[in-house]
Amino acid sequence: MATCQAGSHMTYFLFRRTVGFIATLIAVSIVVFSVMNILPGDPALTILGMDATDDALAALREDLGLNDPVMARYFGWVGGALVGDLGVSHSFRVPVAELISERLPMTVSLAVAGMIVTLMIALSVGIFAAANHGKPGDWLTMFLSQLGIAVPAFWLSILLVLLFAVNLRWLPPGGFPGWSDPVAAMRSLILPTVALALVQSAVLARVTRSSALEVMRQDFTRTARASGLSQRRILWRHVLPNALVPIVTIVGMQFAALVTGTIVIENVFYLPGLGRLIFQSIANRDLPTVQALVMLFAVIVVTANFVVDLLYVLIDPRLKART
Amino acid sequence: MMHIQKSLQFTALALTLGMSVSAAAAAELVIGLQQEPTSLDPTSDATASIDGMMTQNVYESLTILAENGEVQPNLATSWDVSDDGLTYVFTLTDAAQFHDGSAFDADDVIFSFDRAMAKDSVNPSKGIFKPIESVSALDAQTVQIKLKNKDAFFLFNMGKGDSAIVAAETAQTNNVTPVGTGPFKFGGWTRGDRLTLIKNPDHRDAASVALDSVTFRFISDPAAATAAMMAEELDAFPGFPAPELLEQFEADPRFRVNQGNTEGEVILAMNNAKPPFDNIEVRRAISTAINRDEIIDGAMYGKATPIGSFYPPHGKAYVDLTDAYPTDTAKAKAMFKAAGVAGQTMTLRVPPFPYATRSAEIIQAQLSDAGIDARVENVEWGFWIDEIYKKKNYDMTIIAHTSPNDMGNFARGPKYFYGYDDPRMNALWESISTEADAAKRDMLLKEGQRYLSDQAVHGFLFQLPLLGIFRNEVKGYWSSAPVLYMPLKGVSKG
Repeated sequence: MATCQAGSHMTYFLFRRTVGFIATLIAVSIVVFSVMNILPGDPALTILGMDATDDALAALREDLGLNDPVMARYFGWVGGALVGDLGVSHSFRVPVAELISERLPMTVSLAVAGMIVTLMIALSVGIFAAANHGKPGDWLTMFLSQLGIAVPAFWLSILLVLLFAVNLRWLPPGGFPGWSDPVAAMRSLILPTVALALVQSAVLARVTRSSALEVMRQDFTRTARASGLSQRRILWRHVLPNALVPIVTIVGMQFAALVTGTIVIENVFYLPGLGRLIFQSIANRDLPTVQALVMLFAVIVVTANFVVDLLYVLIDPRLKART
Repeated sequence: MMHIQKSLQFTALALTLGMSVSAAAAAELVIGLQQEPTSLDPTSDATASIDGMMTQNVYESLTILAENGEVQPNLATSWDVSDDGLTYVFTLTDAAQFHDGSAFDADDVIFSFDRAMAKDSVNPSKGIFKPIESVSALDAQTVQIKLKNKDAFFLFNMGKGDSAIVAAETAQTNNVTPVGTGPFKFGGWTRGDRLTLIKNPDHRDAASVALDSVTFRFISDPAAATAAMMAEELDAFPGFPAPELLEQFEADPRFRVNQGNTEGEVILAMNNAKPPFDNIEVRRAISTAINRDEIIDGAMYGKATPIGSFYPPHGKAYVDLTDAYPTDTAKAKAMFKAAGVAGQTMTLRVPPFPYATRSAEIIQAQLSDAGIDARVENVEWGFWIDEIYKKKNYDMTIIAHTSPNDMGNFARGPKYFYGYDDPRMNALWESISTEADAAKRDMLLKEGQRYLSDQAVHGFLFQLPLLGIFRNEVKGYWSSAPVLYMPLKGVSKG
């Protein structure tokens, strides 16, 4: 009986989430389409430049479909997107889906690697600080994490490049050779991943520390300690799992920040990812590409939040009843 | 990335002996570029880096420009011009072929011109084809072009990327897989990252091509570009974006820094159609208020040549007019007062290029000293080209005009963003652009420079420099560029 009830709660939860997901996407599609059309700029003029004649501009506008009514263009775009056709990029003149699929692996590799390294650094540092609460080790890690929050990612990137690429020559200063050469690909991802993760993990380490401290004050931790379990076992098996709810919340928010943070990192390390593509497409007034990319980022962020909600239930069974 | 070096002498020897160059001795050049192209077809997109990579390397035109701007034979080995200057007969090379193996002949020339001149043409410089009345083949190796009116720049324009000769079979896909007749073939393109060209062994002049492959890497951030050069990931950065970062390269024995000129005149453009800039005294007062040396020192770290009118200092017909309005803040102040604009607010809307945004801040201070409140608005390029260029919604702006032979901008009438419409200038440009005699044309170009300076149409600031960083072993690059391209045929490494 209890399982059945929990199951229907879950179905209702998923239904509510899916409706929210669709509503968010519709809202985003309207906003991005309106903004791109209100924004001053003329894609044809951007492509043909200052020497273009009026008739060449008119021919290109016709060719790009810019002369169609706004509503027709909006519904044409949404209709196409629903059946998987994202349109043709105005400036690249190739299907937007092709542009995205060739760049997605780069950005996903960077974001996932960034997230993994962020978690590794933040959890170790946070638990270490909590275990050494009030001691020099705690002060030092908290000072470093404060520094990490204050340092902008692009500045840190430049320092890393100067040290590891220009002076020591251990790693390439930028670029991404593609996964056909896995060793070269991994090597070129190291610096961007570290730059991305150091700043992100600073925030998460602080959250981990305070959440762990909270748990350590609770009775079951004292009991575990009293029953003679090792400090390490207490921290990793009892404290961390119970400290996860606030950590997962922040991780969910950080994943969204990480995906958008790749825009900056990709520019500094000249990586051919989605971040650089969106940057360039906005400058070029490449409407179909910008629209598709903003939608994609929205999907990623909404999905990340959805996954976080599911994780809560996994981490803390008590929440299942409340969903 | 492997950099295998070899001596140039060996290459030359190997080629004279007819030996095939072994794979172990490949000369590979890696070039950094700031601007990433979205298309690889110079006949349908104005992005400068398309010309920089493709024109005269992958695609060829009837003529080609030398570093000094002189027109030289290319796909056309020679030409005859009728006495009235209206009929050109081009003799085509019989040794060229497209990279897909198809032959090059008069039909390709006719196709390329018809395509550029068609009603639905999207050629970014369609205007250069306007004087053409007809293009016809006299035989497979001879093309006759008839003009409606004389055009002094016709042969020059036939050497631009906009007039590249393309094949009918491949024209539609040139934006992604370019096919031309040039000394380099398209190798591959990872959008956002790199583009590779490989030597075309079948080119009629392959013996004088020293490089086996050329890779362009796209790096927009100046700090990242510096790191990539310093880490020796790149051999050359021929158009380096940041003059302030050049000092460390000048001090480094591994590198050679080049400061040449582009065709880009940087101007403080004024909206001549709009009060108070329709008043010549106000324009002259602005020219008197600005101090070019301060602007060049502050915005370009001293690495630019001042100009006093609208013509490049390296051009044959250049007149130095930088002393026409000596900087005199007190005099400028009095002139603004006399014109009744003292204390007025003027907007200075600048595009997102470092030369423009930095110059704007200095000009703002100089105008402020002369009693004018200039309000700087930094706008992005899409906004600039729509609001300022197309809608003429501005008081003043700063922009580089990078096309060669572009004094004709001042004869583009009231619809052009200058808002300048002067019958005398229109007539002068008409005679410049139809004067076939080079010496007479230079005299007229000098007259044009003096007139534009006298009218103080804009504040003429400086010539945009061509700043390049090269590893010592890279040789043969142009120091200055009369066009947007740089032929790689004469470049070597080793």
